[in-house]
Amino acid sequence: MARTLTINGTRHKVDLPDEVPLLWVLRDELGLTGTKYGCGVAACGACTVHVDGVAMRSCQLPLGSVDGAVTTIEGLGTPGAMAAIQNAWVEHQVAQCGYCQSGQIMQAAALLADTPQPSDDDIDAAMQGNLCRCATYPRIRAAIHSAAAKMKEA
Amino acid sequence: MSRIGKIARRTFLVGSAAVVGGVAFGAYYINRPAPNPLQPAEGQAVPNPFVVVDQDGVTLVAPRAEMGQGVHTTWAALIAEELDVDLAQVRVIHGPAAAAYYNTAMMGALIPGKKYEMSGFTHGLAEQLGKVGKLMGMQVTGGSTSMVDGFTRMREAGASARETLKEAAAQRLGVERSRLTTEGGKVIAPGNIELTYEELAPDAAKIDVVTGVALRDPSAWTILGKSVPRVDMVAKSTGTAGFGIDVRVPGMKFAALKCNPARSGMNGFDATQALKMPGVEQVVDLGDGFAVVATNTWLAIQAAEAVVADWEAPTYPATTDAIMAEITRTFDTDPDSTMRDDGDPSTIPAGATEVSAEYTVPYLAHATMEPMNATAHLKDGKLTVWCGNQAPIIVQEKCAEAAGVPQDAVEVNTTYLGGGFGRRGDFDYAVYAAKLARAMEGTPVQLAWSREEDMSRDFYRPAAIARMTGAVQDGKVVLLDGQIASQAVIRQFMTRIGIAPMGPDKQLVEGAFNQPYGIPNYRIRGYATDMTLPVGSWRSVGNSHNAFFHECFIDELAHAAGADPLEMRYELIRDVHAPSAGTLSAVRELSGWTGSTPDGVGRGAAFCYSFGTPVAMVVEVVDEDGAIRIAKAWIACDVGIALDPGIIEAQMTGAMIYGLSAACTGEITFTDGAAEQQNFWDYDALRIHNSPLTQVKVLETNPYMGGAGEPGTPPSMPALANAIFDLTGKRPRSLPLSHAFDFVS
Repeated sequence: MARTLTINGTRHKVDLPDEVPLLWVLRDELGLTGTKYGCGVAACGACTVHVDGVAMRSCQLPLGSVDGAVTTIEGLGTPGAMAAIQNAWVEHQVAQCGYCQSGQIMQAAALLADTPQPSDDDIDAAMQGNLCRCATYPRIRAAIHSAAAKMKEA
Repeated sequence: MSRIGKIARRTFLVGSAAVVGGVAFGAYYINRPAPNPLQPAEGQAVPNPFVVVDQDGVTLVAPRAEMGQGVHTTWAALIAEELDVDLAQVRVIHGPAAAAYYNTAMMGALIPGKKYEMSGFTHGLAEQLGKVGKLMGMQVTGGSTSMVDGFTRMREAGASARETLKEAAAQRLGVERSRLTTEGGKVIAPGNIELTYEELAPDAAKIDVVTGVALRDPSAWTILGKSVPRVDMVAKSTGTAGFGIDVRVPGMKFAALKCNPARSGMNGFDATQALKMPGVEQVVDLGDGFAVVATNTWLAIQAAEAVVADWEAPTYPATTDAIMAEITRTFDTDPDSTMRDDGDPSTIPAGATEVSAEYTVPYLAHATMEPMNATAHLKDGKLTVWCGNQAPIIVQEKCAEAAGVPQDAVEVNTTYLGGGFGRRGDFDYAVYAAKLARAMEGTPVQLAWSREEDMSRDFYRPAAIARMTGAVQDGKVVLLDGQIASQAVIRQFMTRIGIAPMGPDKQLVEGAFNQPYGIPNYRIRGYATDMTLPVGSWRSVGNSHNAFFHECFIDELAHAAGADPLEMRYELIRDVHAPSAGTLSAVRELSGWTGSTPDGVGRGAAFCYSFGTPVAMVVEVVDEDGAIRIAKAWIACDVGIALDPGIIEAQMTGAMIYGLSAACTGEITFTDGAAEQQNFWDYDALRIHNSPLTQVKVLETNPYMGGAGEPGTPPSMPALANAIFDLTGKRPRSLPLSHAFDFVS
């Protein structure tokens, strides 16, 4: 049955079985490929999006259960107008292969929304579900602290 | 520099990118021109460019794959340094498959011998041999070779472009070229006249390219030698970087692959149920597996699970125990190689104390974050392939065979790689897509692998066993005799690409035979297990197991000799290879190594010289309520010339954690010939909360440039094992360590 989703502020009509995970609706139906497939079992965090501001694993979120406004990496900021967290990612040169970074950034953005001045323990707790095989972790940590400091100043 | 031809073209294509009214530069002749990757109009010859200047500015055609190691950024920096453009002005695209883009450093890395011993002459010989690489189509990104390969070629391309643009300006203005300067993408003439490169490009296309330009001295560098912003960073921070799985072609179908997990053939399959599932359009037989074609990837993956397939039995032993027994039996055969044989390693010197140990490491998966995938489209006899890959010419050749078209009818578009680590040096993912495209002629199709398929169908780092014997006397190591048994990775890969392997497999023993230790009686023998279980290059290849064997055993010898393990390494190495010894003293200083640790803290050291770069490492572990935390790590490396210290630091740290992840929990085991591990819940890696705080020191005393992407992996595993011995008194001799030790999870 057809459903209407609000994604990055735009309404989209989607006609797919209810059990199709949001990840694949985004990627294969709507062409929003910034959100990545890594494991399909919520074990890596590459598919992280926000639903009403809460970080969710879109690979485990069936279309029929999406009950809020969805924000993806494309909605967080754009190359010409990046969000503070994305600027921090560039400042600290975080990405290597880059594949997991959309999920890392979405998870970090949700952390900062909840906890504007996170400690290292807060970062560990919030980010340990996000796997990075290039192991960019030290720079992820630095970028989160840096974004927190910038957002405090602002 | 070899002769550079003139490219006078209004419009031409570099791969699929059109260049309008531009000019291209690059060293494309070696002994004779290689086949041309560009698609010239009207039968005109166009060389293989590295640099294109047109109305859109400066483009680097980078024929090396960007898989996170920063090659696009540093190659762009090499060009920008000579061309006098800001790095931000350089656009970088992946180049097409072309023999002219062969890797000059790769074949050189395959020649026998201990690289640290090479003289200038033999380094030159390695470079000459590198030119043979093009005969094998080795447009390869791997072996930590990109900087060695591009260091001179990219700067020459930039210098040649600069002088040609100046010459065009000189002719336009009627001024001697020597009176012109360049800055910020402009030629500047006396009287403050400025001409942009863009506006000079059409004129430059009409004149002979200036060659033989002297390269700038490193003391004059303004970009190289510094950490610069990566050219891919904004795209990778905004979800706009295009990976293979992000390719979208109009009319494209989505498909999921499932192949025999026991790596053998398929007797048949029943797709009745799958074909009734939503969105499913067809199920295509691909020989040893099938593809389900559907309207989206997830529906295709679900339906693939519903297909009942009849798989053939494996052609190798079906269980881990039987596989390990097969590897063990290899010790009873003649050695594949004895690449080091110094002194009299068969006799324990009189009065010396003998030490012996056996070590074992398991099969490992690459587990790139982006599972394997490729997109292909066969239309009008032409096959177009899109995928992240480390060897586009091999992809091109193998896809041509699979699709039944000539090789020159295959266009390979290389995307960003969501991790490579050696996995994307193979080509199977592209071949399955090409087979599927052939079955669906006229329709573009993306063939994705589920994580489970990716884990089941890897070309694994092989398990390996080492039997080490040594002797110490008067506090010194007097003998080291190592025997290493494993599958020969490079031999199996060569066979896969249709090249008859030559001679012994160097990678089987690298990281053990070629270490700069001055031990008087010193032998390393390799034993190659002939087994069809698929294996491939895994970040640092043979070094990944041999450094564990060699450096754990060195630690055992130090313990037996009553010597400090870091000091003993330094003493053994310092008269053999000063840059290697330098990394040990640097890491000693960086870590504040004293040789003793408080209760509840353990420290281990390890060293490995690989890919031309010596790396010394210290790992610190702490007892946290009975569980082990990998708390800190210190790395010192000597890359000769650090073109971008920030990227090198990131590579060293990442490569170390890649190794530590494997050491803690990484293993692939087999039942019925199939990998038991399926996803990140049973093949996990270190994460942000259990990775060590790390400091890196990058040295530049090495007279030859070394690699950066892999050398951080080999010493990580033994450094951790040695730290755990220091903490617990229990000597780890097999991986993964989680079998015998509890880690903070």
